[in-house]
Amino acid sequence: MKITKLALALGFAVAGNTFAQDVLIHDATVHTAGSAGTLEHADVLVRGGKIAAVGTNLAAAGATVVEANGRPVTPGLFGGLTGLGLEEVSLEGATVDSAYAPGAQVPPMSLEWRPEFDATLAFNPREAPIPVARVEGITFAMLAPGASVPGGNFVAGQGAAITLDGRWDAVLPASRSLFINIGSGAMPLAGGSRAAQYMLLEQALREAKPATAMRDGDYHLLTPAGRETLARYANGGRVVFRVERAADIRQVLALSAKHGFKPVIVGGAEAWVVASELARANVPVFVDTLVNLPGDFDQLGARLDNAALLDRAGVRVGFSQAGDATHNARKIRQLAGNAVAQGMRWDAALAGLTRVPADVFGLAQEGRIEVGASADLVLWSGDPLEITTAPEAVWIDGRAQSMRSRQTELRDRYLQRAGITPPATP
Amino acid sequence: MAVRIAVSALALALSLAAAAAPWQSTYVAPPSGATLIRNATVLTGTGERLDGADVLLRDGKVAAVGKGLDGGDAQVIDASGRWVTPGLIDVHSHLGVYASPGVTAHQDGNEMIDPVTAQAWAEHAVWPQDPGFETALEGGVTSMQILPGSGNLVGGRGVTVKNVPATTYQAMKFPGAKQGLKMACGENPKRFYGGQGRAPMTRMGNVAGYRQAFADAQEYQRSLDKYEREKAAWEKKQGGKRKGKDEGKADAAPTPPKQDLRLETLAAAMRGDVLVHIHCYRADEMAIMIDLADEFGFRIAAFHHGVEAYKLADTLAGRGICGALWADWWGFKMEAYDGIQENLALVDRPKNGCAIVHSDSAEGIQRLNQEAAKAMMRGNRAGLAIAPEHAIRWVTANPAHALGIEDRTGTLEAGKMGDVVIWNRDPFSVYALAEQVFVDGALMFDRAHPAAKPRSDFMLGQPGAQP
Repeated sequence: MKITKLALALGFAVAGNTFAQDVLIHDATVHTAGSAGTLEHADVLVRGGKIAAVGTNLAAAGATVVEANGRPVTPGLFGGLTGLGLEEVSLEGATVDSAYAPGAQVPPMSLEWRPEFDATLAFNPREAPIPVARVEGITFAMLAPGASVPGGNFVAGQGAAITLDGRWDAVLPASRSLFINIGSGAMPLAGGSRAAQYMLLEQALREAKPATAMRDGDYHLLTPAGRETLARYANGGRVVFRVERAADIRQVLALSAKHGFKPVIVGGAEAWVVASELARANVPVFVDTLVNLPGDFDQLGARLDNAALLDRAGVRVGFSQAGDATHNARKIRQLAGNAVAQGMRWDAALAGLTRVPADVFGLAQEGRIEVGASADLVLWSGDPLEITTAPEAVWIDGRAQSMRSRQTELRDRYLQRAGITPPATP
Repeated sequence: MAVRIAVSALALALSLAAAAAPWQSTYVAPPSGATLIRNATVLTGTGERLDGADVLLRDGKVAAVGKGLDGGDAQVIDASGRWVTPGLIDVHSHLGVYASPGVTAHQDGNEMIDPVTAQAWAEHAVWPQDPGFETALEGGVTSMQILPGSGNLVGGRGVTVKNVPATTYQAMKFPGAKQGLKMACGENPKRFYGGQGRAPMTRMGNVAGYRQAFADAQEYQRSLDKYEREKAAWEKKQGGKRKGKDEGKADAAPTPPKQDLRLETLAAAMRGDVLVHIHCYRADEMAIMIDLADEFGFRIAAFHHGVEAYKLADTLAGRGICGALWADWWGFKMEAYDGIQENLALVDRPKNGCAIVHSDSAEGIQRLNQEAAKAMMRGNRAGLAIAPEHAIRWVTANPAHALGIEDRTGTLEAGKMGDVVIWNRDPFSVYALAEQVFVDGALMFDRAHPAAKPRSDFMLGQPGAQP
């Protein structure tokens, strides 16, 4: 198997530890996800965890050489909006930390408003889903507060991007964002009407940025910390709106323009309907390209070529999954491939997995192969958007990542048909 | 007036006499001409790959597969550079019972009023206007089993349908296919009922629940058998009386036992008239269900979801039980924690291994080929050497086998139903699209003619949905 040869070539132990090393990836098809496009028979030189050079005939000068033999190299992939590190087993509440929902037992009108909720504080880099995603080439992801949960609030709180190499301090601070859910999924949290969502949001913003002096008794929704948080986002902060219906997307654009949010649309099943407005406002959209059925009445216009239509209209398109985005984070690559099958440009689809999410979430070091960028790289067995290919090697900050996960351990145990043998036998 | 009533009464009587027995299929194969698909890469579903081969469809059937076929008057499709496979089959769908849009009113898959609802039939809840049927067709799916959900120990009967547009489910029902019995292991039943403070609250309660239900069904079957014996004896006796001296003496006919819809289904499963499909994630629970099957003398057609089926692959193959699996779903609950991407390949590995890619999803059913491709790749990277002509069986011949329809569909062999997909390229690619899909020899979907594709009533006039 190629992977074994590569492991030997790199000299890294299979057992999970990672180490920084200068690396020259030689003779690769380098998909830079940047203005340089794709470079054939190119080399990537990594020094001190950064990309030091990209070009042909680069000198190794002491770096370990990895022979790519023409295979593709891409930036490390974005895993979407996930609960990686916040969610070990979805249906086991004790293992899920992604949402603040104190009101599970109370009526909706007494919901707590806590935009200051920060999901990243619960991040645990030691959870099993992280290596499962990482060995598939996912090197960064957004930690997103849970979508609308009973007893929660449609203003879900804050999240941020994390790097997935298992470090404790994994949060990439520039990516901090506020998450708001709009539409029928969130209606039970707003008295049963989506109009009430906008009404309540306006009230919260008035408390956060009072036009006239307010007294203590004038505040009904937000705590002092919540007011500070919301005021910060209403001053050019990034707000991720999970929203599907075209009419709601237009309301989100208007709300954002009025209050100074920098909006990001996630879901956007009907975003193609308002593609030109999104392009004009330079608002990016993260779509699930497999959503083509009217899952609910917010998504009646869902269609497979949503990403292609948005791309053609000049909208920046990224990907994010509607389903179990945490455990299935690795499936995001399949979303990009399907977008291409439905007419999206291949380069734009790769950018949707790399450059676009990095740019949108303020990560100048991620999602690109450029001199000075973080050496987050994946060497693939073939076309990185194809489902019959897999990563051969993954680097984060120039460190070769272990290609083991809990799943590869299980696989290897049963691949050998071990049966019962006394485990202590030497 | 009186005459007219008499006439209409007669017409009614005639129409009743002519009508099919209740709940039977009224499926009629769509009209079709002969078609010769020429010069394709053909994956037959029997394990063969034929390059540059032809497939001839005539009278709704596969008439021949081979090189240089003479199609006579058949319409010729030049399939150079394209791939041809049998129509795909999904052994686990909830289309129609959990229809799109997923509104409250469409939640028709779980009759969770009792842990054993063997009396419920999925077909009585299938909404033929679910737009998921047409999107599945565009993914090459020509047949599927629609099952009740997994909230109950015994959810009820599943139904196998052909994926054709229809106003009634009866007109989709696969002619002659046996019904399925949906059972469920593990977390779902005990979570729901245990949460209400009723049985089952634990896996112990789950198994006790199955056993008691089947024990009751055994008793019911005994009462049916006893009645049949008494009836035969009575009829024999009546026949004897006519000739003999007892003629004229009154002798009451035996009374049949009260029809019990719940036990009737379980008894049918024990007789093999209904095929048993079990939602079961963990290997240890599959072994328990095999013991249950042995105790009550029924056969298990397939374990569904089977996230740990790879741990029991040899047993499954040895017992002739299929594993109907996802390519990579895992982790969403505790019993799905040990999922691996090589599950399908490992279940496929033993002699007589029967691996099936199933969807359980309105999205997944549109891409069974992609799910099979991922699983094939994982097997190959683990050194198991799985070719496309073999892996295609995971979505064609093997599900047909589990549904008991393998003599009718699932492979491209002369005499089988003309259920065929023409792909624009190797279907084991993310870029592959079904270009043309035939059901019983009739072209039901043609990507080149989107205006002619099936469209559910629900999608008509909805603004902006994909043409």
